[in-house]
Amino acid sequence: MKTLRFFAALMLCASQGVAPAGAAEFVDPEDGAQVFKKCRACHAVGADAFNRTGPHLNEIFGRRAGSVEEFRYSDGLTRMGNDGLVWDIDSLDAYIENPKAFASDTRMNFPGIKDEGERGDLLAFLRQYSDSPANIPGAAPTATPHEVALSDDILAIVGDPDYGEYLSSECTTCHQLDGDNDGIPGIVGWPEEDFVVAMHAYKEKVRPHPVMQMMAGRLANDEIAALAAYFGGLE
Amino acid sequence: MKLNRRQFVGASAGIAASTLAAPSLYAASHGGKPKVVVIGGGAGGATTARYINKDSDGAIDVTLVEPTRTYYTCFFSNLYIGGFRTIESLAHSYGGIASEGVNVVHDYAVGVDRDAKTVTLASGDTLMYDRLVMSPGIDFVDGAVPGWDVTAQNKMPHAYKAGSQSELLKAQIEAMPEGGTFAMVAPPNPYRCPPGPYERISMVAHLLKETNPTAKILIADPKEKFSKQGLFEEGWNTHYSGMIERIGPDFGGNNVEVNPDEMTLTIDGTVENVDVCNVIPAMKAGVICERAGLTDGNWAPVDGRTMVSRMDENVHILGDACAQGDMPKSGFSANSQAKVAAMAVRGALTDSKVFPAKFSNTCWSLIAPDDGVKVGAAYEANEEKIASVDSFISQTGEDAALRKATYEESVGWYEGITSDIFG
Repeated sequence: MKTLRFFAALMLCASQGVAPAGAAEFVDPEDGAQVFKKCRACHAVGADAFNRTGPHLNEIFGRRAGSVEEFRYSDGLTRMGNDGLVWDIDSLDAYIENPKAFASDTRMNFPGIKDEGERGDLLAFLRQYSDSPANIPGAAPTATPHEVALSDDILAIVGDPDYGEYLSSECTTCHQLDGDNDGIPGIVGWPEEDFVVAMHAYKEKVRPHPVMQMMAGRLANDEIAALAAYFGGLE
Repeated sequence: MKLNRRQFVGASAGIAASTLAAPSLYAASHGGKPKVVVIGGGAGGATTARYINKDSDGAIDVTLVEPTRTYYTCFFSNLYIGGFRTIESLAHSYGGIASEGVNVVHDYAVGVDRDAKTVTLASGDTLMYDRLVMSPGIDFVDGAVPGWDVTAQNKMPHAYKAGSQSELLKAQIEAMPEGGTFAMVAPPNPYRCPPGPYERISMVAHLLKETNPTAKILIADPKEKFSKQGLFEEGWNTHYSGMIERIGPDFGGNNVEVNPDEMTLTIDGTVENVDVCNVIPAMKAGVICERAGLTDGNWAPVDGRTMVSRMDENVHILGDACAQGDMPKSGFSANSQAKVAAMAVRGALTDSKVFPAKFSNTCWSLIAPDDGVKVGAAYEANEEKIASVDSFISQTGEDAALRKATYEESVGWYEGITSDIFG
């Protein structure tokens, strides 16, 4: 629906040569840095940004959808990229407003940002990292991306994937091993550190979901690492 | 201290100085790999069969005994009644489990000889086992609702085993006269799926609101309180105001009698003419447990640390049929218990590692379109029982977006658990 509206807006724009009413606008990059906190559990941007649970967002403006190497996208987003979707302010605005309405099978398990102003702030923030590599600010804004402060000891635990496989039977009652992302998010193939951070964020009740708070709440640090190793190794 | 099997296996492995000693124990007993028979192909049994087979990598011979070729999940069958699912979407075959290597036998288990360690099937065949897993679900207590027995289930369906009973109940609701009465006789504790009767009421109310808005719903309930009561009552007020009347034990909801031929429900001496009567009688463990001599009262007591019967160390009993402690009788619980049972069985038969048992359960219920709620808990087992260690429940007054997300989550869970059960 949203996709249709978006393409309709593009066509209108092309035929009349003017921005359609209600087109997305860049607003305040500093406020956008605050909005980006909603994204940074999964996305990094800035110097040395790399793929996390989501792809890095440097040069996102002008990037073909689904095109960051070594990142596993949903079939739908890859197809949209192959069909010619290039991220610009309007397409990003539509995607961020309601990811699943834009690309129904997207692995981005995020409800979206409904507030137009917040999206404008966020887009202005991201825009700073897309002009050219030379313009990427040196101070990495995602240098402390963790939702919870974890000691190096916890992050250094090497998980035992066999133990993780045993523990995973509690997860697979809800989360599917094929990575299906409908209603219950897929959890396979995540970078191990992101998995560990997410689980500790539930354990410390920084993330709100009650089932996950309960499940993570009784996992020891080595058990979380084991699960991260097991699920991280699944394709 | 008496040697148990694992210790004996360990000791014999030491003597033979070879880990091959463990399988040879069974080769000696009946010429082959250790044998596991699983009775019941629902959330408990099918999961156990799959996990033992998958995790033992062919070292254990697993046979699953299940009479039906197509299994209809009880969970989500209320959503079928409400019009949110098709009956086909609840149907699962055993093709996946069979292709993974489990020997699936479509027959009724009619007897267990625990001394000979055999299961007798309706066909007359017998199956030998080293370990037996029983997950037969529930049967109804005879005489629990005066006037009703299973021969009346076509006139007054229970619809508490999904499939044709669910279809029958839905058809009866759809055929109700304008302004007619749907009645439910709710069961006493403990029973399968604690929120189930009340989710069903919600779904029936939704269906009637769409097609027959002047119809009434009457519940005769022997229980003072019920699962998610605050959430359901809030939802009923919001969505189905004035439609639902519940008569609890204070007003005789525990003193009922039905007449299937006359279509009457008598509550505390007052006769009500009803158009549909959904009788959900008191429940007990699937009758095979009783025949095997493994029940105490209506249920089969187990040690939650391994789900092993308190009466026979070679038999594990799980799911709705067992008495284990604090876990509700639900498909989620059965699936959770199955993984503990599978691990215990493998440990006993192949010397694989056994970890401490952990259990969890979440029950989602749908009250109205996009209005989902949930309750859940985490459990650990001790000598005495499976004990709740943490829990949560949806709150009254939650916003619509959260309720919608909870419903969508439940749909995702259905896909997750059914692929975990059936492969």
